[in-house]
Amino acid sequence: MRRNAFQFLCLMAGAAGVLGAQDADKIAAVESAVKSAQSAGDNAWMLASSALVLMMTGPGLALFYGGLVRKKNVLGTMMQSFVLMAFITVLWALVGYSLAFGEGSRFIGDLRYALMNGVGMDPNPTYAATIPHLTFSVFQLMFAIITPALITGAFAERMRFSAMLLFMTLWALIVYFPMAHMVWGNGGLLNAYLGGVFPCFDFAGGTVVHITSGVSALICAIYLGKRHGYGSETMKPHSMVLSFIGACLLWVGWFGFNAGSALGAGGLAASAFVATHFGAAAGALGWMLAEWFKHGKPSVLGGISGCVAGLVAITPASGFVKPMPALLIGLAAGFLCYMMVTAVKQKFGYDDSLDAFGVHGGGGTLGALLTGVFATNQVNSAQINGQTVPLGLVDGNPGQILNQAIGVGVAILLAVVGTFIALKICDALIGVRVDVKEEVTGLDLSMHGEEGYSLEA
Amino acid sequence: MKKIEAIVQPFKLEEVKEALKGIGIDGMTVAEVRGHGRQKGHKEVYRGQEYNVDLLPKVKVELVVPDQRCDEVIRTLLAAARTGNIGDGKIFVYDVAEAIRIRNEDRGESAL
Repeated sequence: MRRNAFQFLCLMAGAAGVLGAQDADKIAAVESAVKSAQSAGDNAWMLASSALVLMMTGPGLALFYGGLVRKKNVLGTMMQSFVLMAFITVLWALVGYSLAFGEGSRFIGDLRYALMNGVGMDPNPTYAATIPHLTFSVFQLMFAIITPALITGAFAERMRFSAMLLFMTLWALIVYFPMAHMVWGNGGLLNAYLGGVFPCFDFAGGTVVHITSGVSALICAIYLGKRHGYGSETMKPHSMVLSFIGACLLWVGWFGFNAGSALGAGGLAASAFVATHFGAAAGALGWMLAEWFKHGKPSVLGGISGCVAGLVAITPASGFVKPMPALLIGLAAGFLCYMMVTAVKQKFGYDDSLDAFGVHGGGGTLGALLTGVFATNQVNSAQINGQTVPLGLVDGNPGQILNQAIGVGVAILLAVVGTFIALKICDALIGVRVDVKEEVTGLDLSMHGEEGYSLEA
Repeated sequence: MKKIEAIVQPFKLEEVKEALKGIGIDGMTVAEVRGHGRQKGHKEVYRGQEYNVDLLPKVKVELVVPDQRCDEVIRTLLAAARTGNIGDGKIFVYDVAEAIRIRNEDRGESAL
């Protein structure tokens, strides 16, 4: 539409032949009005998207995770998500945004935007030419919040609060900011559009968000060890109702996450919106069917877990694939993640309490690889080095699967090493795990001095 | 005086209350409890993890009545709480030594 308007103007200009100074002024005025209208439209969508992505963490993820733990840990679990909304925001304002999106090196940004220096109402054309730099920065912040919040599912019910804050600070500095820079930052190692070495397509964070958080979750689950009483005590979800509401909020919020990653309100946003929705729907059905077949009953928890799995897998692909591949990716993620949290978890015996690794590590990897298969320039026409090139296998570029695998490999390596280092430091300074008495009492009382449900009140 | 303790299915509580009211029994104490007899329980599955839930939610109705009304109350309870399925609950009857109304220290059956 925008291009059409511009072509129309050129045509008009051509038809008029030689232009008078007055006409040139008029055209300039119309051009400026078109630009400002586009900017307003894009900015409206991006601000709404930013708010939607924040809603995914609180209340979305907080409710989803909060319902899955035992009663005595409901507040402690919700608090872990909530405090990251505050904590990562401050970190982002101080250095986070700059380390992720400053020019810097192949691996990490520099400090040019530290303290939000130079991040204002004018666009940063390198990343998004039609929205204020502030909007871009705050949108990306919401991703930096939810990614560590996803990890909290792996160490639910047993991590010390103060240690968690220190861990998340280190994790953001060692894993998230570098990974975001490598994939999305100008000149990053894996950036497909801004001069990367290995062009890896990751529209909304399959590698940056889901593989890093999922793999880090596994390392946390193994490092912290199993919950006290794991395998002998009942550890079933205390409120499927809370989890249900949380998962549905995640589904809705994910439109901001993926369609917002178009960084504008155009056709690509619509395409990503539809792909996202289709992925979620197919994922829900995939998991439910697998469970129905295996256990004889389709469960609510299976349905909502499958929906999240589908959303995770479609995330890197959402701005690159057509609707039918989106259905396929979602369905495959539903099946795969069901296997991850049942068969795989049981076989290896780690206590990934809320299945952050199974769903985000498994679904994220699947989605990142399948993006290499189904990405097509019929959906995403953004040019690479000034020309339109075939994107994935369906475009006749099978080599892209290898590029995707390199992105996956870098994310896994960084997550494993970074998480281990961060945990070691926290353990030495504070001790990552609560003591047995505190764990038996529950995090609500032992960490926060409150109860989620009070019988006396 | 007898104390009658009836453990019934939670969804039968309203019927039980109405039936007791119908024969003029006004006072009772009700508690939400968990338990099982021969019913055992059921299986729940969360992400492939199976849990056997054998303590099921029940409602315990306690009331103290004069000796001569005991049989009538038991018959009423049986009729109101029965579905004919396993898990319908049980009734226990105890002798009561004394009853005292806290407000005015009435004793015995006049305190009921």
